[in-house]
Amino acid sequence: MSTVAHEPAAAGGNALPPAAPGGAAPADGGGTARAVLRRLRRRPAALISAGVLALLVLLALAAPLITALTGQDPHTYHDDLVDSARGGVPVGPLGGVSAEHWLGVEPGTGRDLLARLLHGARISLLVAAGATVVQISIGVAVGLAAGLGSPLLDSLLSRVGDILVALPMLVVGIALTAVVPADFPRPLLLILLIGALGWGGTARIVRAQTLTLKRLDFVAAARLSGHGPWRVARRELLPSLGAPVITYAAVLLPANIVVEASLSFLGVGVKPPTPSWGQMLSSAQTWFRADPMYVLLPAGLLFVTVLSFTVLGEAVRTALDPREASRLAVGTRRERSGRPAGRLNGRLSGRLNGRPAGRPSGRSGAAQGPRPALGPSEPLKSPGPLRPQKKTLS
Amino acid sequence: MTLFLLRRLGGALLVLLTLSVLVYGLFYLAPGDPARLACGERCSPQQIAQVRRTLGLNESVVTQYLHFLQGIVAGRDYSTGTSVRHCAAPCLGLSYQSDQEVTRLILERLPATASLALGALVIWLVIGVGVGLLSALRRGGFTERALTVLTLAATGMPVFILGLLLLMAVCAYLRWLPFPSYVPFTENPEQWAWNLLLPWLTLGLFESAKYARLTRGATLETLAEDHVRTFRAYGVGERAIVTRHALRGAVPPVIALSALDVGTMFGGAVLTESLFGIPGLGKTLIDGVKVIDLPVVVGVVLVIGTAVVLANLLADVLYAVADRRVVLS
Repeated sequence: MSTVAHEPAAAGGNALPPAAPGGAAPADGGGTARAVLRRLRRRPAALISAGVLALLVLLALAAPLITALTGQDPHTYHDDLVDSARGGVPVGPLGGVSAEHWLGVEPGTGRDLLARLLHGARISLLVAAGATVVQISIGVAVGLAAGLGSPLLDSLLSRVGDILVALPMLVVGIALTAVVPADFPRPLLLILLIGALGWGGTARIVRAQTLTLKRLDFVAAARLSGHGPWRVARRELLPSLGAPVITYAAVLLPANIVVEASLSFLGVGVKPPTPSWGQMLSSAQTWFRADPMYVLLPAGLLFVTVLSFTVLGEAVRTALDPREASRLAVGTRRERSGRPAGRLNGRLSGRLNGRPAGRPSGRSGAAQGPRPALGPSEPLKSPGPLRPQKKTLS
Repeated sequence: MTLFLLRRLGGALLVLLTLSVLVYGLFYLAPGDPARLACGERCSPQQIAQVRRTLGLNESVVTQYLHFLQGIVAGRDYSTGTSVRHCAAPCLGLSYQSDQEVTRLILERLPATASLALGALVIWLVIGVGVGLLSALRRGGFTERALTVLTLAATGMPVFILGLLLLMAVCAYLRWLPFPSYVPFTENPEQWAWNLLLPWLTLGLFESAKYARLTRGATLETLAEDHVRTFRAYGVGERAIVTRHALRGAVPPVIALSALDVGTMFGGAVLTESLFGIPGLGKTLIDGVKVIDLPVVVGVVLVIGTAVVLANLLADVLYAVADRRVVLS
């Protein structure tokens, strides 16, 4: 594996912070959960996103209650609410909004849109959360095994992880749905599929962290006192892996929501009649003019969800590693002109003058960190496989 | 350099072999009888047996796989009982649905995919790098903040949200363009461009967010380096520093990532193709999956795998070419 990372940290937006290992955390960076929470609370965008997501989760959990309240369910057809003469356009304003159907009804079938959106949220969140748990579990296990095991095991596992990271997940996922029996429960299938294909990044980070931590005194002490690799992994390493793994999970969650929505959009994800946002968007294409609400509602919901997760993930990342944010503030106009800087720069100005030259040492592994600044005479090693960390779905 | 290339090509070959074993194993050993799938719903047992013989499904798994490999390297023959059908060199099998050679099916779909990918490449290079550069120039100001929010909002969004909204606005409401339907370049270049305009915009803008962040990050990274401080001390203007010197730091990663992305897209920008009805590789994959046309699915996955692996190699080489501090070894 190459040891030089090429993307500048801020570029991918998800380069990972070094875990502050044990007590070695600097007073201002990394640090305790309380410090991280405090930093998170100071960011309004993070708070709003967290609020939106909490509301969404609450709504998804309470979906059966809410639909019971309005007396609707996501599966009943209401032929009387759509105008069959006009091809099934909902009767009434804004896509058939009424006292019974708060957000209107689905064109063509007349099913309650609110119920379908809320149940769609359940599926979306369930699949994304489940897939993230699977990805993280496999990733941590493989990463630990690669970091602690023999060189042969390490290179084998790393190669498999590399291949997985390189392959476009959507394509492989689509292809694999072809060989699964039709009666296999789709949400579970999606969880397993996304989970099994998406652990490469986590494994890479955990491996890198493990290699770093392995050399530290407290781990050496545990090994010297005769504890086996299993116990060392569980008792000494796992606690220190918390920060990077949480950060990465925050990146994985919205990505998984998007993968689920994409698969359902393409018709190979959640099968009807189970409601799903992606599926609704796919069928919405014929209703652009006749019923714009049917396009805008699921699209808006998906947009807000993914955006909130992204903003929150970004905030968690900076809260776990404030140095990362300060690094990119170097050389900005505010700082140079010596004006009282904005809140962010102000807090960091103490470090800006003496730019933190020593980034936390021992950062190995391609998954992390910025390219070290090099003098022109200093050759970099072979770039090795260069990959964006977040895969985009196109 | 040559040694590096040779070694990496060897590695790529190994990866592809592994991939082919995995894919072949997964797809042909999965529950469900390939012969039945190939033959269709209303096939008599005799017909199925005949198909089984034609496809060589009676042989052992290893032999079947070796035949598959042989087909890719040297071509293979299918005997239909009375006649022999030859499938030329990179033979990925015969489609269950149309009985055509999968290689030809894929080659037919390649121009559409390539048109989409290359047009989108132009857009993200112009807009993505432009936005990234602008926000690096205006750092600390309102412009940068607005652009940062915008790119953050766009990264990670599913591409079809943008595509749907564009379709809705441009085609359904404003009626500036008709709903796109793909026209091959060789048929009518003008119609080709007009019909691909929205797909290009969708995919290009979607990717732009990533490139804007990459450019901004790399540029700021370079700005913090010592030689830039020296330029400042010499009195070089801010604009010149950013556009002439700091941007240089962004060139290698942008080129390398572009190579990767184009490679991946050559394997099919599945969502965009499906949304705009572009008959490319991604669409082939989806159609193949829906009717469980295994040879097509396996073929497309292998082609995409090859594209990705080659793109990785190309990205590394381009990176080294663009950044002379990198030594390939």
